[in-house]
Amino acid sequence: MTDAPAAGVAGPAGAGAALLDLLNGFIVELREAGLPVSLTENLDAMEAVQHIPLDDREAFKYALAATLVKNHAHWRAFETVFEVYFSLRGPEYAVGEDGAPQLSPEDLEGEGDQPAGEGQGNGQGGSGDALTPEELAEMLYQALLRGDDAVLRAMARQAVKRYAGMEPGRPVGGTYYLYRTLRNLDLDGMMERLMQQARDDAPEGLTPLEERLEHDEYEHRLEQLKQEIEAEIRRRLVADRGVDAMARTLRKPLPEDIDFMHASREEMISLRKALQPLTRRLAVRLARKRRHGRKGPLDFRNTVRHSLSYGGVPAEPKFKYPRPAKPEIFVVADISGSVAAFARFTLHLVHAIASQFSRVRSFVFIDGIDEVTRFFEGEEDIVAAIHRVNTEADVVWVDGHSDYGHAFEVFWNRWGREIGPKTTVIILGDARNNYHASQSWVIKEMRHKARHVYWLNPEPRAYWDTGDSIVGEYGVHCDGTFECRNLRQLERFVDHLV
Amino acid sequence: MTSDALPSDEPRFDSVGDVRERLRKVDYLSDEGIAGIVYLADRLGKPILVEGPAGTGKTQLAKSVAEVTGARLIRLQCYEGLDESKALYEWNYKKQLLRIQATRGEGETAGWDEIEDDIFSDDFLLTRPLLEAIRAEDPVVLLIDEVDRVEVETEALLLEILSDYQVSIPELGTITARQIPLVFLTSNNTRELSEALKRRCLYLHVDYPDMEREKEIVLTKVPEVTEALADEIARIVRSIRQLELKKAPSVSETLDWARTLVLLGKEHVDGDTAAETASILLKYQSDIAKAVKELASNPQGVRTGAGPAGPAR
Repeated sequence: MTDAPAAGVAGPAGAGAALLDLLNGFIVELREAGLPVSLTENLDAMEAVQHIPLDDREAFKYALAATLVKNHAHWRAFETVFEVYFSLRGPEYAVGEDGAPQLSPEDLEGEGDQPAGEGQGNGQGGSGDALTPEELAEMLYQALLRGDDAVLRAMARQAVKRYAGMEPGRPVGGTYYLYRTLRNLDLDGMMERLMQQARDDAPEGLTPLEERLEHDEYEHRLEQLKQEIEAEIRRRLVADRGVDAMARTLRKPLPEDIDFMHASREEMISLRKALQPLTRRLAVRLARKRRHGRKGPLDFRNTVRHSLSYGGVPAEPKFKYPRPAKPEIFVVADISGSVAAFARFTLHLVHAIASQFSRVRSFVFIDGIDEVTRFFEGEEDIVAAIHRVNTEADVVWVDGHSDYGHAFEVFWNRWGREIGPKTTVIILGDARNNYHASQSWVIKEMRHKARHVYWLNPEPRAYWDTGDSIVGEYGVHCDGTFECRNLRQLERFVDHLV
Repeated sequence: MTSDALPSDEPRFDSVGDVRERLRKVDYLSDEGIAGIVYLADRLGKPILVEGPAGTGKTQLAKSVAEVTGARLIRLQCYEGLDESKALYEWNYKKQLLRIQATRGEGETAGWDEIEDDIFSDDFLLTRPLLEAIRAEDPVVLLIDEVDRVEVETEALLLEILSDYQVSIPELGTITARQIPLVFLTSNNTRELSEALKRRCLYLHVDYPDMEREKEIVLTKVPEVTEALADEIARIVRSIRQLELKKAPSVSETLDWARTLVLLGKEHVDGDTAAETASILLKYQSDIAKAVKELASNPQGVRTGAGPAGPAR
């Protein structure tokens, strides 16, 4: 596999088999990453790449994407695998000095307001090796100011070479190098300078709107720079360790498979993005199901009435219009640190589809418990409401460590009476009770009064009832306990609920 | 594939660049991905499934492609409850009845088989969009709009057409396409489409355009706008789309906004104008409030070392 880049895309005759091999490996890796690639799609991809010029990397990418990726949420995973497999192709992406676009003096001195020293530095090294860090920063600043993509790419390359400190064979992930490079570039300071420049340029100062726009513009460029740096690091890592090894380490889970409890910051963002279309889809699906679901019970009177036209034979049975009851939902969520993210997503999801239920009431607890329904009422922005839940709800009783037993007891005393036969209670939490009393009788009582009691646990099933987890003790009194580690499982549960 | 049986098999486009160029002539500004996939669809003879947020020009793409290829656009608008008789074909029941009665009236003693053959013939067939596209002699582009609105079961109706370009009618046999039409399916992603359907299509996700392209689109579609104003519009819209909103402004809303600004005679958008006309870009009160607030505030903490920036509102 590693010699494939050498065969390259340039020689069409010999490259056929190598390309086929590479594509096969690529598709296997896509499947490993969780994308459902069928055999037909595989064949389509093979056919598609015959119709496009192979040296056009973008076209190649789109051809593969169009045939292999049929869900936009999978795009990122695809892109990562693509970058790993094909990052060494195409002249402008080659690693090393010869193929790299040179930092030419002309590129950088377009404005003529730079110290002459830089031009000289470029002249001899050709790749800016001789620049001092200050000069490098200055060049980067100029490139950002003008939004010059070619120079930005070259600067990213240079920065990685200089700051990442990559050594062959070192078993360190790409994020480490990224962090080192970015720390040295001091992008926050760069932003500050750019904004200052923008303010100085404006004759009578910037209005807030203009300030905002300038800021977004530079942010966009900085983001581009970061992506270039990331890509460059990836290229170098692949060159060092080979395609297969890197594909494994860089594999990104699909948004619906991200584990709530161990999501990184970046994964959290993609989770939140995935949540919105999900709620919309769920709402549509649930509404449809309600309308088209089963038929209602037999409508005897109507059937008899219609039977008159058949001489009294009930030939055409009539059914009542189905009116499935909308359940009333009580969400009782543990929002202590370990499971906070999970509680947040579930609350968001349930409130986003609140119209599918007759009423949604939410309670949150750590060792004290508080009703938070009021934050959601009259607030259109669910994100803001959840933020208020996290900051304003009164959930600490003694020490701020989860105490399910106490929280349940208080819940029962204050709101237990309001649970009725139409109520479905959903309890969210890992049931790690810090060895307090469980008070599982509350759940038992609840089940007597409520329609259903469900328990959602964000921990893998294998960890249940280990250590201080007592989910089993509560679980025997519930109608169902569900493992709910990612959006996929959460979606399945909500579907089941209605 | 079934393409070998079809007479007209000339590709419609020479290259990806050609697609782009010709689309541009009818004022559709495509990007590399869109043009590339249209080109591939033509070469591979496969339908395109276009997905993306509302108002990003999915339907317009099909219309524009029809225009540049000189093809007739046949459109099937999907909705809940769409069925065979509305999508594929239907027997003209009344005409069949008439025919039977007429035969009886003439006193002829036509045999049962004869009549049956007669009334299940082409004359009594009402073609609906899908069948029409298959039987068309002239070049056509078939647009199946908002395919996510039909139920999962109804999707199956489309499968035969999409993979083999044929329709089976029990009484008549199988009708195969005389030419492979370009097929576009659009979806707003309100539900997951079935695997079977996706497998048969090329997938194209049309997202909001990047700033440069949006500016170009504004300039092309609203000729009265000045370059500077278009630039400002595109930048503001980009900033708004970065906020977490219920519904981000679509391209068509951007264009409406641009037209409004031109009508109002604005050469330049300042904070007040943006706030006053935000209701054209955004359709939810909470979104408008949020956008107005965000745009007027300094990003991420005020860092105005150089004195107050502009008049405070």
